[in-house]
Amino acid sequence: MTDNELIWRIAGGSGDGIDSTSQNFAKALMRSGLHVFTHRHYPSRIRGGHTYVEVRAKDENVQSRGDGYNFLLALGDSFARNPQDEAYYGKEELKPLYENFDDLREGGVLLYDEGLLDEEDVEEIELEEAAEENDWHVVPMDLRGIAKEHGREIMRNTAGIGATAAILDIGTEEFETLIEQNMAGDMQEANLAVLEDAYEAASELDIDHDIEVPDGSHDEEQVILSGSNAISYGALDEGCRFISGYPMTPWTDVFTIMSQHLPEFGGISEQVEDEIAAAALALGASHMGVKSMSGSSGGGFALMSEPLGLAEMTETPVVLVEAMRAGPSTGMPTKPEQADLEHVLYTSQGDSARVVFAPANIRECYTQTRSAFRIAYEYQIPSIVIYDQKIQGELRNLPASHFDEEPNADPGSVLTEEEIQDAAHHASGKFQRFLHEPEDGSNVSPRSVPGQKDGRYLATGNEHNPSGHISEDPDNRIAQMERRLNKLDDIRADLDENASHQTYHGPEDAEYGILVWGSQQDTAFEAVDRLNENGHSVKALGVSDMAPYPVEEVSEWLESVDQALVVEMNATAQFRGLTQKEIGKYGDKMSSLLKYNGNPFEPAEIVDGFESSINGEDLAATNMKYLPAAGD
Amino acid sequence: MSAFSAIGEDREIERDEFTPGIEPQATWCPGCGDFGVLKALKQAMPEVGKNPDEVALFTGIGCSGKLNSYFNSYGFHTIHGRSLPVARAAKLANPEIEVIAAGGDGDGYGIGGNHTIHTARENHDMTYIVFNNEIFGLTKGQTSPTSPKGHKSKTQPHGSAKSPIRPLSQQLNAGATYIARTAAVNPNQAKEIIAEAIEHDGFAHIDFLTQCPTWNKDAKHYVPYTDVQQSDEFDFDVSDRAEAAEMMRKTEERLYEGEVLTGRMYIEDERPSYGQEKRSIGEMPEEPLAERYFDEDAEWERTYDNLLQHHK
Repeated sequence: MTDNELIWRIAGGSGDGIDSTSQNFAKALMRSGLHVFTHRHYPSRIRGGHTYVEVRAKDENVQSRGDGYNFLLALGDSFARNPQDEAYYGKEELKPLYENFDDLREGGVLLYDEGLLDEEDVEEIELEEAAEENDWHVVPMDLRGIAKEHGREIMRNTAGIGATAAILDIGTEEFETLIEQNMAGDMQEANLAVLEDAYEAASELDIDHDIEVPDGSHDEEQVILSGSNAISYGALDEGCRFISGYPMTPWTDVFTIMSQHLPEFGGISEQVEDEIAAAALALGASHMGVKSMSGSSGGGFALMSEPLGLAEMTETPVVLVEAMRAGPSTGMPTKPEQADLEHVLYTSQGDSARVVFAPANIRECYTQTRSAFRIAYEYQIPSIVIYDQKIQGELRNLPASHFDEEPNADPGSVLTEEEIQDAAHHASGKFQRFLHEPEDGSNVSPRSVPGQKDGRYLATGNEHNPSGHISEDPDNRIAQMERRLNKLDDIRADLDENASHQTYHGPEDAEYGILVWGSQQDTAFEAVDRLNENGHSVKALGVSDMAPYPVEEVSEWLESVDQALVVEMNATAQFRGLTQKEIGKYGDKMSSLLKYNGNPFEPAEIVDGFESSINGEDLAATNMKYLPAAGD
Repeated sequence: MSAFSAIGEDREIERDEFTPGIEPQATWCPGCGDFGVLKALKQAMPEVGKNPDEVALFTGIGCSGKLNSYFNSYGFHTIHGRSLPVARAAKLANPEIEVIAAGGDGDGYGIGGNHTIHTARENHDMTYIVFNNEIFGLTKGQTSPTSPKGHKSKTQPHGSAKSPIRPLSQQLNAGATYIARTAAVNPNQAKEIIAEAIEHDGFAHIDFLTQCPTWNKDAKHYVPYTDVQQSDEFDFDVSDRAEAAEMMRKTEERLYEGEVLTGRMYIEDERPSYGQEKRSIGEMPEEPLAERYFDEDAEWERTYDNLLQHHK
């Protein structure tokens, strides 16, 4: 069988340069005209531990990591613990070769560095038998030796690229260009030599495999970037010039990108003592009129609960991002999961009034981060962008024109000094910043910022009267609560009118539905296409607005299908629970397909899960869990 | 022209401007030391020449947090222990604003202790007033981080087994560049110290002894007190770190022996403030960041023009 797509996996140890090599590989394929998508898997370690990245390439848009892989470049873990002895963690050095080699597709190529991996060890894992059974093409090459000849053995990843290019017959031109662009001097020369030597050595091997890397071309200029890039660029283009944070995987990515670029954009980044401070600083800067953000991952976000409530009560605009990883507690720091939804929606005391968007891909990371800022500053409310380790790290190409947008640094509903002079003031001299009924009939009472003449008021986490003074008067309480909560209805109407964040896929009149949120959306869409090809009648809806929830849109869609399978990466069906709570019906229509083993869904898993669910088959033998609809 | 015309207004400032037009009835108990802080703060403002619209006061939670309600300026009554991180970002966002933070001893030395240490370490150009009454007042008299060892309360019925925190020494080690102790019973000294602290270019920490006549009846109400700068007994160089450390240790110990020592404990003028440090390495704009948002002619960078080339 011929594979007309490439899913190339490069595997080694942390520190072996797996990440940077895969980025170059993906970029080179994009430049050659293909569409690319990467999937990263790494341990919470600085040196050593099985790390791999898959690069999927096709001549049409790629929606997901795909199923398994058809080319393995196993470098071996050069930073393994106890490389010679049988250790508690198993033979680490060899893990990049044998760990999940079951996922290598039939007829696939397995290229490994025999310069690092010992022949006897390789014999022990019974590679030969497995290769015979699966019709794998096993290619041992001394990549370390080739690299060493030109200097440092770390260049064995470049040797791996050269050998890959020869075996796949894709040429080395784009790789050479990248080396020339990224390196200089001796290093550039040595890498070019390693690339060429490995290419020639592999060309002589004559390997007869069935992978056909297609030719492709792009209609317009492409860029390749990650979800973290897109969130950061969305923030910058929306005028965000202040970020405060504390390192935590996987949120650190956005924090790093922002910190690197804010000085050149005239902004400020602050790394502070903890996440309570991080969120509090973002509020402080925003209070002064600066568009600000902070963020963290699960544990750090937990510390932001109280400042988040303060932002709601004082109506201080702010954007927080929450990069989910597998929990509870420290959980699995480098593995994706979608289990912080309820945490983000409800954390902090009292009735919550916040906006939560869950972008599904890189494109949406940019547009929805921009929406989050616009809404936060127009409506004086905290907005949260919730995403996960999957989107954070995956690279994907898209047209550069997607980012060709005007910046918007409007600080939102802030009065000018002239307007403040005409605005209502309390007899105490304070500006009425929290009017029960703002003049324009909306629920947003415009603010002033410190330094504006006669704009002084008190922002307080206590319930307060229009000028900000602490008040426990019952009528005032009701008026302020209603105004703050009614903003959510206004925001829902605004979103419905200006920017639906929901994405529909598949035939409109389909019998079945797959309901999905956040990072699993595009994988589910690929599964829907296959299911329809298999003769099923299925469509999908990807939801991004977690709050305020798009009740009308989702209700209409659920009404139109007989049954819906809700696909999410957690164990307790949090999004399905939210949907039932918000809509109040369809509980008997929605069953769940759940996965929480630290790896995102592959499209084939959703296909299997869907087919098993409608056939009433058991999922016990898989990585997934099926949760029937209410009443089943 | 600045969109913030209150900043740097050139005129005489009256202390009454800092009293709200309708003065709210304070919720503090009669005889409470907090009145002393409010009075000294209002008196200091004309001396430093700041008007109410260019001052931002950030408070924590507790009786001290009510300060905002009785002081007429921009105010942000935050959450327990977190006034400092809110305040220091405000200073970075608009360095032209006079930033003052205030809170109690539970707020600054207990729940917010981490922020107190780091804000001092970074030497932000701001003033921090800790209302130190050696007790949790608003929650009705529990033992606080500055309560003396053996202090009995409803939550420590057998007396506290903990030694109190040493706020002055801690701030010296953390990096504050102006450290003083004053007392509500000494309004003139308090006013002078607050004015000096505001004018100091760096993090100024004032441990302000505020008697709690309701819940801390054992405390001596901090009289009589000694001003260490006025006393012949204490001859130390306030700019010398080692001598200051010794003076602070004495001050902290003697408080629990019934002797109230007050005055300037440490002053370091050479160290640049955090804003200056950040600007010197190119990580903070020269012009106040907040003003850029209100300048119609400001140009805003685009990622499409500046960053996208790395991804092609």
